[in-house]
Amino acid sequence: MIGFTLRRLVLLLPVFLVVSLVVFFIIHLVPGDPIDNLLRAGSTPEQRLQIAAKYGLDRSLIEQYVTWMGRLLTGDLGTSIIQGRPVSALIARNLPYSLELGVAALLFSTLTGIAAGVIAASYQGTRVDDTITGFILLGSTVPSFWLGLMLILVFAVWLGWVPVSGARGWSSLILPVIAAGLGGIALVARVTRIAMIETSRQDFVMLLHAKGLPPFIIQLRHVLRHAMVPVVTILSLRIGWVLGGAVTIEYVFARPGLGSLLIRALNQRDYPLVQGCLLMLAMAVIIGALIGDIVQAAMDPRQREARA
Amino acid sequence: MIKHRALALLKAVSTFKGGISGAFLLLLVIGALFAPWLSPYPYDQQDLGIMNQAPSLTHLFGTDEFGRDVLSRMITGARTSLSVSVTAIGISVLLGLVLGATCGYFGGTFDRIVMTVIDLTWSFPEILIALMLVAIIGPGLEGVVIAIAIAYLAQFTRLTRTQIMSLKSETYVEATISLGAGHAHVLFSHLLPNALAPVLVAAMLATGDAIILEATLGFFGLGAQPPTPSWGAMMSSGTAQLFIAPWVILLPGLAVALTVVFLNLFGDAVIAALDVRAKFREA
Repeated sequence: MIGFTLRRLVLLLPVFLVVSLVVFFIIHLVPGDPIDNLLRAGSTPEQRLQIAAKYGLDRSLIEQYVTWMGRLLTGDLGTSIIQGRPVSALIARNLPYSLELGVAALLFSTLTGIAAGVIAASYQGTRVDDTITGFILLGSTVPSFWLGLMLILVFAVWLGWVPVSGARGWSSLILPVIAAGLGGIALVARVTRIAMIETSRQDFVMLLHAKGLPPFIIQLRHVLRHAMVPVVTILSLRIGWVLGGAVTIEYVFARPGLGSLLIRALNQRDYPLVQGCLLMLAMAVIIGALIGDIVQAAMDPRQREARA
Repeated sequence: MIKHRALALLKAVSTFKGGISGAFLLLLVIGALFAPWLSPYPYDQQDLGIMNQAPSLTHLFGTDEFGRDVLSRMITGARTSLSVSVTAIGISVLLGLVLGATCGYFGGTFDRIVMTVIDLTWSFPEILIALMLVAIIGPGLEGVVIAIAIAYLAQFTRLTRTQIMSLKSETYVEATISLGAGHAHVLFSHLLPNALAPVLVAAMLATGDAIILEATLGFFGLGAQPPTPSWGAMMSSGTAQLFIAPWVILLPGLAVALTVVFLNLFGDAVIAALDVRAKFREA
């Protein structure tokens, strides 16, 4: 198990290199540059060159990449051109909001999704199953920003139970978590349901029934355990989503966060900030997949040999 | 093969789920095609005397902040939303078929590079990919089409590649190759036609996701520019009126949700009729 983990960690190095290249060069595809945003009207070409030199934008892209990479290894993400503050500080200020919303939405959707999937699978083919499957379908087809707006309308405006927007206190977190988590509930419930149904057709489950074990103990202790393997895969793929995918929800509820930071930086062509945000998100995606692999290997010994 | 597929489509439509959802989608397409003749009012006719009016008999879905008829704008908006998502997914499927077939058939270094990139983008949220691409290309419908097409490229490339790889080892393909058939013949006459069905069904399901993505980009003000209506753009301009005229947001959102639900139901019916469920599991 330790060997498997170490091998996977070493494999991260080339991936990190590829990611850093993509992240660095993608922003230079965007037309326009940040200097335009800094110059006042009527400034001379000399002033333009000065600013370019100050941020190293006058050097070749290769040179810029090498400098950026060198600083990166010491943990320095550079300075935001527009806001004039270190990128790492800006990310550090926004990250807690993203994490708060993301982790809460992930927990909410995982627990509810697994519960819904288990119930639907246990009552497969009955009206209970149909109802849950219907909700799953509906949950994956409603645009999350629309759901957010409707939740605001009903619970914040008409009923006045929670604040309309902002990020102060746990009550302002309830509606965003529901709006952001619904798609996840649908996904987790669907995967859990199918995995439970498929597992319960296997021979070992038949044997457990033949032994006379109560059905709900079979479902919860044995079938669910096997069915969790694909669920973990799906969850590990959603870690990047947790950090960056809630950008629409942040927008609707006027919350700060990594997604909003990235969008603003993109619009202002703030190269270092865009690169920093993208790098954070990409690393979250990769580390999420890694954790997923390790947890899977721990749960299912067959994968350790197959994938190591 | 073609006859078999036409039969499968008939079988799908004859089921309860397939029939209802097929009928809804057909109505929607007719509405979008004949929008100018079907809308009760011109979509851009303003009447400031009847701003933000609740649904009534004269304006079934109410009016927006410029006194424009919401129903007429939704019918015309269906045109934008459907054409953008269908075009985008069409481009994505074509590119995915070419990339996936090349990777799956020839393998090698090219395959490894493409798959590394695809695996990286795979778990990136589509909305972030699309937002970045629109920032690069610039707002407007062309930008949105390209952004959606690229955001879903990974999915179709992967699905096609898996299909081609599993078909390649079938006995009849090996027999064709040993009879001296060229790469082009094997790919176009044998592999692609057989790989097509699951990819097309996946495309139908992805069209639903693309409608949501288009609405989201429109909501950010990046899609159709005023006065052209799209479901997303309507909700975007409706946000300011959320507390006064909620129907301007409520109804287009419901239209998105219903369309996607019926696309999914119809896709399910086609999957059942074509019996390609097993192929989906492999991918």
